[in-house]
Amino acid sequence: MTAAAPASRNGSTPTTAKRDPRKRALMKGNEAIAEAAIQAGCDAYFGYPITPQAELLEWMARRMPELGRVFVQAESELGAINMALGAAATGARVLVSSSSPGISLMAEAMSYMAGSETPVVLVNVMRGGPGLGSIGPSQSDYFQAVKGHGHGDYKVPVLAPASISEAVELVATSFELAERYRTPVFILADGTMGQAMEPVDLSFRTPERNVFDWALTGADGRPPRVVRSLHLQPEALEEHNRALQAKFAEIARREVRWDGEQLDDAEIVVVAYGTAARVARTVVSRAREEGLKVGLFRPISLWPFPEDALRELSARVHGILVVELSAGQMVEDVRLAVEGRCPVGFHGRTGGMIPTPDEVLAALRTLAANGGHE
Amino acid sequence: MTVIEAPRPPERVIFQRPELLTDVSSHYCPGCGHGIIHRLIAELLEELDLGARTIAVAPVGCSVFAYEYLAIDWVEAPHGRAPAVATGIRRVRPDAFVLTYQGDGDLAAIGTAEIVHAAARGEPISGIFVNNGIYGMTGGQMAPTTLLGQRTTSSPTGRESGLAGFPIQITEMLALLPGVAYAARGSVADPSHIGKTKAMIKRAFGAQLNGEGFALVEVLSNCPVGWNMTAPESMAHLATVSETYPLGVLVDRARGVVPSVTPAGEHRGKEA
Repeated sequence: MTAAAPASRNGSTPTTAKRDPRKRALMKGNEAIAEAAIQAGCDAYFGYPITPQAELLEWMARRMPELGRVFVQAESELGAINMALGAAATGARVLVSSSSPGISLMAEAMSYMAGSETPVVLVNVMRGGPGLGSIGPSQSDYFQAVKGHGHGDYKVPVLAPASISEAVELVATSFELAERYRTPVFILADGTMGQAMEPVDLSFRTPERNVFDWALTGADGRPPRVVRSLHLQPEALEEHNRALQAKFAEIARREVRWDGEQLDDAEIVVVAYGTAARVARTVVSRAREEGLKVGLFRPISLWPFPEDALRELSARVHGILVVELSAGQMVEDVRLAVEGRCPVGFHGRTGGMIPTPDEVLAALRTLAANGGHE
Repeated sequence: MTVIEAPRPPERVIFQRPELLTDVSSHYCPGCGHGIIHRLIAELLEELDLGARTIAVAPVGCSVFAYEYLAIDWVEAPHGRAPAVATGIRRVRPDAFVLTYQGDGDLAAIGTAEIVHAAARGEPISGIFVNNGIYGMTGGQMAPTTLLGQRTTSSPTGRESGLAGFPIQITEMLALLPGVAYAARGSVADPSHIGKTKAMIKRAFGAQLNGEGFALVEVLSNCPVGWNMTAPESMAHLATVSETYPLGVLVDRARGVVPSVTPAGEHRGKEA
């Protein structure tokens, strides 16, 4: 999909590479994401070990030096994200990855990068929280990713893959978005996406190289450049914020991504992303066998949230069930989009637990029996 | 009558503003040492013809606006993170000349992890560390470098070791790391010290150019407003400051100068 395309039902980008069944490999999510970044032309990776994303760092530790590219294991997530800031300020294509507690440490630099418009792709392989939590899969960093990590008025694109193949494609998309809009971009995966193995098409995509008129290369024959977020005069900062907000509005208009399954005749819709969407897909198929008209709505871009599509859908269904690996975070955005047009129920598990198809199906049956109410 | 004019000697420039130093009024308080240190950097970048390939990292603190005064490429780092930001630049731009400029709150408090590990990795970066023993920009609070007994807005009765610990001699600590090619401490107290400091910074730049490793020059500077002194008093006070922070080259591995002692304790200053 190109940036000019309207809100897309399918976020996958057509690739020129032909599918060759022999060019498929069984890959772990963390490793596939790492290799996708390498194939996308990632110049530098900075990281710090944390479960459940450590294989991503290890893959980069092996592959980047053999390609003559940059790999640094930093002293902390603070170190890693600030190395990324420095490298990206020179126009390099940079990847950083971590898991929830590490992402919290990176929040400071996320704010600086949003303010100074520095393009970096950041992968969060979410684990259970709060605090040190657990190392099991979770989606409890939705608020953090979507509503803001550091301080200040800003948004960053957040993309959530529901399969390892999709994660591979979204890595390339993330670099494109980061460079097109001069912004950090989040890939919000979870422990399952990071640890599971799936067949992956080895048709990786390499976004075109850009020349940046802001990148720091040394003021050789041109005026000096400064990459900064400081605008001490209130008038200047407000002007900067207006420009940022205009950019966010453009992203919100052009970069909405979602996918739907069996929505045409659906009376009840399950809304889920990432690993929860994989459970939901099973549930939809089993519900259909029972004669329940259930469909799946799967946001791929969590910001910008596919609110228009969801609003449209909510006007013609009896009810919505949101399923998350959290105590209920995305459900708030669903309710904002639906604006009371239909009942919105929620089913979630936390702490590294994954909702079972049985329990989601039970919630669906109740919803169907009560005309959409829980 | 014929008037014969004596031939005029050719004009010779004996003093001028370095081109890399922008022609603007600075925001620094009257008498502040930052201006002197900015000038030294500008002079050296010109002398070594480095301006066109320098990428510098600005800190948070009084010198946050360094990018207004030195006409080179700059990126602004979050508070304390300049050495990590510089690492990222250095790794992807091996041909660049990478410079960090940090104050003592930035480098010796909030940024201790970043400075220690950039030094331990031996990143070929030249760090300028301006130590004025105080948080100037936020209004003169105690820093880890504040002298014992020194009154600040957050140590109103004077820094007391039982409550606030001891001044941190971080350059001595860093000098022990094998990745540190060069570490020295100078001062802006008077023209003689300024000249020596310039030579130290030149050597630190050379360490990067030669790929020797990490280099740091700590520069003892003044803060007349934060110290509640006149500018001349604050310059004279630097002699007292250098009792806690002795001046000189701490390590210069290429020239065989290596630290012979463990990190400076509270007696280091008295013995020196």
